[in-house]
Amino acid sequence: MNLTIRHITRYRFEEPVNFGLQQLRKTPKSRHSQNVLRWDTSVAGGQQSLSYTDHHQNTVDLIEIDRGAQELVITCEGEVHLDDNHGVVGRHLGPAPLWLYRRVTPQTKAGQGVRALVRGVSGDTELDRAHALMAAVAEAVAYEVGTSESDWTAEEALSAGRGVCQDHSHVFIACAREMGLPARYVSGYLMLDHTTEQDAMHAWAEAHLPGLGWVGFDCSNCISPDQRYVRVATGMDYHDAAPVRGTRQGGALEALDVEIEVAQQ
Amino acid sequence: MNDQVYFDEMLGTEGTVRRPYQPFNTWFEGEDPKHLRAKQREAEDLFRLTGITFNVYGRAEAEERLIPFDIIPRIISGREWQKLSRGIEQRVRAINAFLYDIYHGQEIVKAGRLPEQMITRNDAFLPEMIGTRPPGGVYTHIVGIDLVRTGPEEFYVLEDNARTPSGVSYMLENRETMLQMFPELFSRNRVQPVSTYPGDLYNSLAACAPEGLGRKPTVGLLTPGIFNSAYFEHSFLADEMGVELVEGHDLRVEDGRLCMRTTLGYKPIDVLYRRVDDDFLDPLTFNPDSTLGVPGIMDVYRAGNLTIANAPGTGIADDKAIYSYMPEIVEFYTGERPLLENVPTWRCSDKESLAYVLDNLKELVVKEVHGSGGYGMLIGPTATKKELAEFRKKLEARPGNYIAQPTLSLSTVPIFTKSGLAPRHVDLRPFVLVSPKGINITPGGLTRVALKKGSLVVNSSQGGGTKDTWVLED
Repeated sequence: MNLTIRHITRYRFEEPVNFGLQQLRKTPKSRHSQNVLRWDTSVAGGQQSLSYTDHHQNTVDLIEIDRGAQELVITCEGEVHLDDNHGVVGRHLGPAPLWLYRRVTPQTKAGQGVRALVRGVSGDTELDRAHALMAAVAEAVAYEVGTSESDWTAEEALSAGRGVCQDHSHVFIACAREMGLPARYVSGYLMLDHTTEQDAMHAWAEAHLPGLGWVGFDCSNCISPDQRYVRVATGMDYHDAAPVRGTRQGGALEALDVEIEVAQQ
Repeated sequence: MNDQVYFDEMLGTEGTVRRPYQPFNTWFEGEDPKHLRAKQREAEDLFRLTGITFNVYGRAEAEERLIPFDIIPRIISGREWQKLSRGIEQRVRAINAFLYDIYHGQEIVKAGRLPEQMITRNDAFLPEMIGTRPPGGVYTHIVGIDLVRTGPEEFYVLEDNARTPSGVSYMLENRETMLQMFPELFSRNRVQPVSTYPGDLYNSLAACAPEGLGRKPTVGLLTPGIFNSAYFEHSFLADEMGVELVEGHDLRVEDGRLCMRTTLGYKPIDVLYRRVDDDFLDPLTFNPDSTLGVPGIMDVYRAGNLTIANAPGTGIADDKAIYSYMPEIVEFYTGERPLLENVPTWRCSDKESLAYVLDNLKELVVKEVHGSGGYGMLIGPTATKKELAEFRKKLEARPGNYIAQPTLSLSTVPIFTKSGLAPRHVDLRPFVLVSPKGINITPGGLTRVALKKGSLVVNSSQGGGTKDTWVLED
């Protein structure tokens, strides 16, 4: 299946920007059962000054905002070919060693809530247990847009009992690591059945299972990703895989406008 | 421990003046002690003056920071030095190969020569460096290897300083002072010069610039600022090398390069000798609250447009738990037996070792795995009962946080006291420069001396002083 994606992010600033940088992780990966046919990032109000591949094999672009800019528009556009792999991404490819994904980060630190959730998970195989975990996370954290904070930790989302895909992913990752499984965060796109227009990217988690390698788990939809899912960036947690990390001097943000279009060709 | 016999580098163990010290001794015996005492005071004044010149903005602090200087040089023969420098070079090569491996294939772990948890549980391991090859393939551009001596031929490596070794300015100042105070000594002894260090440092850094620049590389020195305890060294070295001394706010990323603010606008820097710790280097990638670094500098680095010296993440090589594996590390990467000995080290994370350490606490030195500067350590033989009991508790609570070593019989070198020469314990930190062109070791290094009689702690923060260190042309 081929998906076309168009993602426009518009920043409007209250006064001209003096100096600003954005670190982007917005280019889908050409790895495993996903192949990027074409992809283009264009910037208005800034310039793309360098690009490299990070230790999670994410493409990173650095954007320098033009001095005096009052608006920055980043447009990512392209086409991705996907094969259905029933959620199995496959064997671990470097350069980061697999053990790295067992490391705990501030947002995925296990506390009482995570440990209690893990205690309730059972199954005959690691795969069964991972599926049981996905269901448990979905039950423990209700999907509610606009009720969580973007810097919430897994424990905070668990004790609130609500959150978005980011929170689901953090809770799943924290639990999986607590269960001894390497786990990672995935940011990406999801084609929806009823509409091509969206206002946010999606996120899910992957756990590394014996015999299968990396397998995806989307707690928000309670399924393993199929060919409607486009993997963009991976990391230890949201912070590590975030589509945008930025810094600015001057130019307080006035408005942020996101348009995403994901359509089947 | 007072009945123990220590090797004295001037008098040996027999009390006859050893060969490298003979011309010095002849001179010393002909000098009037009163005259020398005046010279000692003069030397101290000279240091205070230089210190203040270097700390125009922080005079009060500068005086605090003065490290006592002793006028009696520590003298090493050319033959001794040759042997030492071969061992240092081998070790530094191994450290660089180790760092490349740790951030790439981790072959040493796969080969079973280093337990995986030494890396996985190590806070100094920087995931951001995985798969990144620093320009020129160099990780530790500047290394300080701390050595101690216990006999005529016995040298041990006490510590590898692979992050940001400091103290080289004292090495240079000490020699400068001796040349001014006692020029006649240098005509009687053929002492290998150290004054080439700033030029060598510059050349070595420039040789590590990103490839394909097509112009002479620009070098800069990044300091955390005047409140840093080593600021005087930062400004001294920048001055001596003829490069810009910069702080985070002087720098920014422009057109994909690191640039410094000049009167003519922003100008690219190709090699940054940074004296700012990894965590503070880039608020966009590391600690977001840091104001000492430059946002985006890691992106420029990872894109290959900048050399950072030393490379981020090198701290993993000078961790004290890794230290205990250095013999294996040297063998693994060089295929040779280590030329320099490691101090035998018990890793308290190991159950049997911990039991041994607890049983023999009074005889041992216990150090924190990540500690430095002589803080947080226990010296068994001189510790009080209370200190021993406290450390026993710490060891039992967090054994993996500690290593233990035997109390070494550190060699002594005479210092000049009111009642003449008196032996005091010393160590030695030679400074090593690494570039694709080769490894350069300045003859000598910084000798630190425990000024208190019987003390084995040479750290300046713990009452240590320094001496000029001579390597003779044999």
